[in-house]
Amino acid sequence: MHLAYPAVLSALLFCTGLYGVLARRNAILVLMSVELMLNAVNLNLVAFDVWLSRTAEETLHSGQALTLFTIAIAAAEIGIGLAIVLAVHRNRGTADIDKLRDTAEGHGPDDRDDSDSEAPPAEQAARSGRTGKAEATA
Amino acid sequence: MTTTTLALLVPLLPFLGAAAGLLLGRTAPGFVRPLAVLPPLAALALAAVVAVRQGGEQTLNAATELTPTGSVPIELALHIDGFAALVAVLVAFVATCVQIYSTGYLRDDPRYPSYAALVSLFTSAMLLVVYSGDLIVLLVGWEIMGICSYFLVGHYWETPEARAASLKAFLVTKLGDVPFLIGLFALATDAGSFQITKVLDAVAHGGLDHPTLIALLLLAGVAGKSAQFPLHTWLPDAMAGPTPVSALIHAATMVAAGVYFIARLLPVFEASQAAMVVLAVMAAVTMLGSGLAALAQDDIKRVLAYSTIGQLGYMTGALAVGDRGAAVFHLLSHGAFKALLFLAAGVIIHAAGTNSLAAMSRMKDLRARVPDAFWTMTVALLALAAIPPFSGFFSKESVLGAAEHVATGHTEHAPGAAGWITLVAGLLTALLTAAYATRLWLLAFQGRGAEAPDHGRQPLTMNVVLWVLAAPSLALGAFAYRVLPDWFDGRDLTPTLATSVAGTGVALIGGIVTYAAWRHTSAVSARVPLGAVAAHPEGDAGLVEAEAIATHEPAYGDVAYTPDPADPGRLLLGPLHRHAAVGFHLDALYSALFVRPVQAGATLVRFLDREVVETYVRGAAALPRWLGSAVRRAQTGNLQTYVSALLAGTVVLAVAVVLVATGA
Amino acid sequence: MTLAQEAHGFLSPTGVEIAFLLVGLLTFGAAIVTVTTKQLVHAALWLVVALGGLAVEYLLLTAEFIAWVQVLIYVGSVVVLLLFGLMLTRAPIGRSPDADSGNRWAALVVALAAAAALVWVVVDAFRTTWVDLDGPAAGSTEATGASLFQNWVLPFEALSVLLLAALVGAIVLSRKAKAESSSPPVNSRAVTGGSPSVPDSRNHPIGRKGAVSGTGSARETEAASGTAATGGTAATTGTESAKGIGSAQRAEAATETESAKEIQTPKETDSAEQEGAR
Repeated sequence: MHLAYPAVLSALLFCTGLYGVLARRNAILVLMSVELMLNAVNLNLVAFDVWLSRTAEETLHSGQALTLFTIAIAAAEIGIGLAIVLAVHRNRGTADIDKLRDTAEGHGPDDRDDSDSEAPPAEQAARSGRTGKAEATA
Repeated sequence: MTTTTLALLVPLLPFLGAAAGLLLGRTAPGFVRPLAVLPPLAALALAAVVAVRQGGEQTLNAATELTPTGSVPIELALHIDGFAALVAVLVAFVATCVQIYSTGYLRDDPRYPSYAALVSLFTSAMLLVVYSGDLIVLLVGWEIMGICSYFLVGHYWETPEARAASLKAFLVTKLGDVPFLIGLFALATDAGSFQITKVLDAVAHGGLDHPTLIALLLLAGVAGKSAQFPLHTWLPDAMAGPTPVSALIHAATMVAAGVYFIARLLPVFEASQAAMVVLAVMAAVTMLGSGLAALAQDDIKRVLAYSTIGQLGYMTGALAVGDRGAAVFHLLSHGAFKALLFLAAGVIIHAAGTNSLAAMSRMKDLRARVPDAFWTMTVALLALAAIPPFSGFFSKESVLGAAEHVATGHTEHAPGAAGWITLVAGLLTALLTAAYATRLWLLAFQGRGAEAPDHGRQPLTMNVVLWVLAAPSLALGAFAYRVLPDWFDGRDLTPTLATSVAGTGVALIGGIVTYAAWRHTSAVSARVPLGAVAAHPEGDAGLVEAEAIATHEPAYGDVAYTPDPADPGRLLLGPLHRHAAVGFHLDALYSALFVRPVQAGATLVRFLDREVVETYVRGAAALPRWLGSAVRRAQTGNLQTYVSALLAGTVVLAVAVVLVATGA
Repeated sequence: MTLAQEAHGFLSPTGVEIAFLLVGLLTFGAAIVTVTTKQLVHAALWLVVALGGLAVEYLLLTAEFIAWVQVLIYVGSVVVLLLFGLMLTRAPIGRSPDADSGNRWAALVVALAAAAALVWVVVDAFRTTWVDLDGPAAGSTEATGASLFQNWVLPFEALSVLLLAALVGAIVLSRKAKAESSSPPVNSRAVTGGSPSVPDSRNHPIGRKGAVSGTGSARETEAASGTAATGGTAATTGTESAKGIGSAQRAEAATETESAKEIQTPKETDSAEQEGAR
C-alpha cells in the first residue's frame, strides 16, 4: 500500500479537526474536534511504524507504543477537559467559548468607568427629549 | 569667662531665643514675651562687657576651622575691634528697645510669637555680621537678614502692599547680593583667604590684582543692603511692615550692615580710587534725591524712610573720603535717633489712626494726646536736622569735617574729588534734612481741625522705650566725640568751626523757610478737608497701622502721594513735587527696564512650553496612541480568534520553511 | 523506491488500497459532518463513526492491538464521556443555529491553507513510498506487548502516574465548592454587563442602594420642576391653561415610568453584590 494514502487521510482529518477547534462554539464540540486531531496523529504514527518495521531490521515499535500513550493521554485530556467545561458552565452558565471574553480589551475596570460616565448624559438626553416632547404637545 | 566666649554668646543668645520662640510659640504662649525680651537684653549686657574689656585697645581675633573646605579655607572667626564692639552694643540696644516696644505695639497680634522670634533671629544675624572675622560667615548673617526682612516686612501679609513690599525688599537686595557674592569670591581668591585680617594684610602689602573690580562688585551688594542709589527703592516700600520692624531695619540692622561692611574692609576700597569716586557719587545722588523725595512724601513713615536713605548717604560719603571713624560715629548716633523717630511715629500713627501727614495736619491737639511721643520726637527731629547740641550735629559735623579735610587736599588715601562731592552734597542735604524734619514736625503736631480719634492711653512699655532712646539722641554726640577716637582709628572727631557754622546755618535756613511756607499754606488746609482715619479704640497699635497702610491707596490714590494743597513741601518743591513724591520715577523705570522684559520673557517661555514643546510631545504621542488603539482592537478576548491567528502564522512559516528547504 | 514506483502505480490499486480508500472516505466524511452539523448530539454520534472508521484503518494497516484499543477507549468511553458532558451542560437537543461561532470563515481559511500545505508536503515527500503489508502483522498483540514491556516499560509506568493525576484533577475540578452550593448558577456578568451601576456596586456593595434611591428621588424632583416649568410657560403664553395641566399630567406619567425603572435597579445591584462577594 502506498504510504501516501494514510498520510493524506491523516492530514485531511487533522485539518478537519483544526477547523472544528477554530469554528465550533460549544466547548464540548471543540473537545470532539481535538479528539479528531489526536486521532489523525495516531493514524500517522501507526502508518509510519508499519512502514519502518518492514524496512528496518530491528525496530522498537516506537510508533505503536507512542500511539498507545497518545490514546491514554487523550483519555486523561478528555476527562480533565470535560471537568473544566462543567466547572465553567456551572460558574458562567454557558459553555460557549466566544462568550468567555474576560481577557478582552474593553472589559477591564477602566473601560467600565468610561461607559459609566458616558451613561448619565445619555439618560439625560433621553429625558430632555421626553420633556421636550411634553412641551411640544403643550 | 574669656572675652572670646562672651563674644560668641552675643549672637548665639538671640538665636537660641528665636529657636525657642518658634518652638514654644504655640504650646506655651506664656513664655513668648520673656523669650522675646530677655535674650536681646542679655546680649546687650554681654556686648557691653565685651566692649569694656576690649576697650578699643588690641583687636581681638579668634579663629577655628571646623572642617577643611577646599583651596580657600572657611573658618569660624571672630574679629572684634573698636567698631565691632560699639556697633554690637548699638544693635543689641536697639533690638532690646524694639522687642520691649513690640510687646505693647503688637499686644493682640495672633502672629506675635513668630514675629518676636524673627526679630530675635534678625538681631542674631546682624550681631553675627558685626562680630564675624570670616567673610563667608559674614555672608551667612547677611543673607539671614535678607530672609528675615522678607518675613517681617510682610508681617501684615493680608494687605497687598505688604506682600508686594516684602517681595520687593527680598528681590532688590538679592539683586545686589549676586555681585556681592562674586566680589567676595574674587577678593578671597586674590587674598588667598576669607579671613578679614588676612585680607587686610594682603591689601596692605598690595596683594590685590583687581581692586577696582572687587570694590565695585562689593559695592553693589552694599548698595542693595544699605539702600543706596540705585538699589534703594525697596526701603520706602518696606514701610508696609510694622513700625518696630522699620525701626529695627533702619536703625541698627540690615541697612547698617552695608555701611559697616565697607568700614570693615575700607582698605580694600581705598585700593581703588575709582571705587572711592563711585562711592562718593553714589552717596551724593542718594543724599540729594532722598532729601527731595522725603519732602514730598505723605506717609509719615515714608518720610522717615527717605531720611534713613539720606543719612546712610552721609555714612557712605564719610567712607568715600576714607574716614570710617566718622561713618561709624554717624551710624551710632543715627541708630539711636532713627529708632526713636520710628517708634514715636508708631505711637503717633496709633493715636491719630492714620499714617498720612495730610490727615494729621487737620487734627487738633495730637501732641496733647501723646505728650511722650511729642517731646521725644522733637528731640529726635532736632538730632536729625543736626542742630547743636543734639547727637546728630556732632556725627554729621565729623562727616562734613572729614570731607572738608579731604577736599582741601590734606590726605592721600582718598581722592580730592570725592571730598568735594561729599562736602557739597552733604551741605545741600543738611538744608533738605532740616526742611523735611520741620515739615514733619509742623504737619504732625501743629494741625488744626477736628479732634483726633481716642485710642486711649499708650502702653507704658512703648512710652518708656521712647524716653530710653531719647537719652542717647540728646547727649550721645557731645559725650562721644571725645571718647570715640580711642576706639576707632584715632582720628579726631571734633567739629571744625567752618563746617559747623556752614552746616548749622543751612539747617536753620531750611527750617525757617519751611516754617514760612507752612504759615503760608496752613490757612488753606482748613478749606480743603481731607483724610481718612481708622479708629479702633480696643485694638492694639499694630491693627490700626495695618488698616492705615491698607487704606492709604484707596483714600488718597497712591501709597506715597496726596493731593493736598496745604502741604508746605508742595510749595517748596514746585514742579519737582510730583516727581519727588514717586521717588523720581525710579520704580516705573525699573518696571519698564527689568520687570516687564522679565515678565514678557516668562510669557514667551510659557507660550513656547505650552504651544510648541507640548505640541511636539503630543505629536510624538499620537502615533503610538494610534498604533495602540489598533492593537487594542485585536484583543477581542475570543480564544478562537487568537488560535486562528496563531495557526495561520504557523502555516505561513511552515510553507516558508518548506520552500527554503526545497530551494524553491 | 524506483522499483516500487514501477511495480505499484497509483492507477492500479491493490484490494487493500481500495478498502483503505473507501473506509478513509467514510471516515473523512464522518469527520466533516462532526465539525459542521448543527445538532450537537449528532456530532457526537458522527464522531463515533469517524473513530470507528479509523479503527478499521488500523486493522488494514495490520495494527490490530491499536485498533481494538481504539474501539475500546474512544468509541467505548470517550464518546460516552462527551455525551455525558453534552447532557450536563444542557446542550439543546435538535438543531441549534448558533453551533458555529462568528470565527467560521477565518477558521475555514486557516484549515484549508493548512490542509493544502500538509497534503502538498506529504504527497511530495511520500508519493513513491510503498508499505509492504504482507508477512506477519506488525502490530499484533504479541509484538506490541513485547515492545511495550521490554523497551517502553518506564514511560508506561510514568503514564499510569499521569492517568492517576488526571483522575484526581478531574474529581477536584468537578466537585462543587460548598459556599457556591446555595447560589444558583446565574450569569450575572452577562446580565449586569450593560448596566452602568456595576462598577460602583463592586467597590461599595452596601452604599450603592442608598445612592440609587437618592438619585431616584433627585430625578423625581427634577421631573417635578420640569413640570412646573412647562406649566409656567403655558401660563405665561396665556393661551389655554387646560393644556398646561395636561402636559403636567403627562410629565408625571413619565416620572412614574422612571421610578418603575428605579425599582429594577436594586435587583441588579443584588446580583452584582453576589458577584463582588465571589
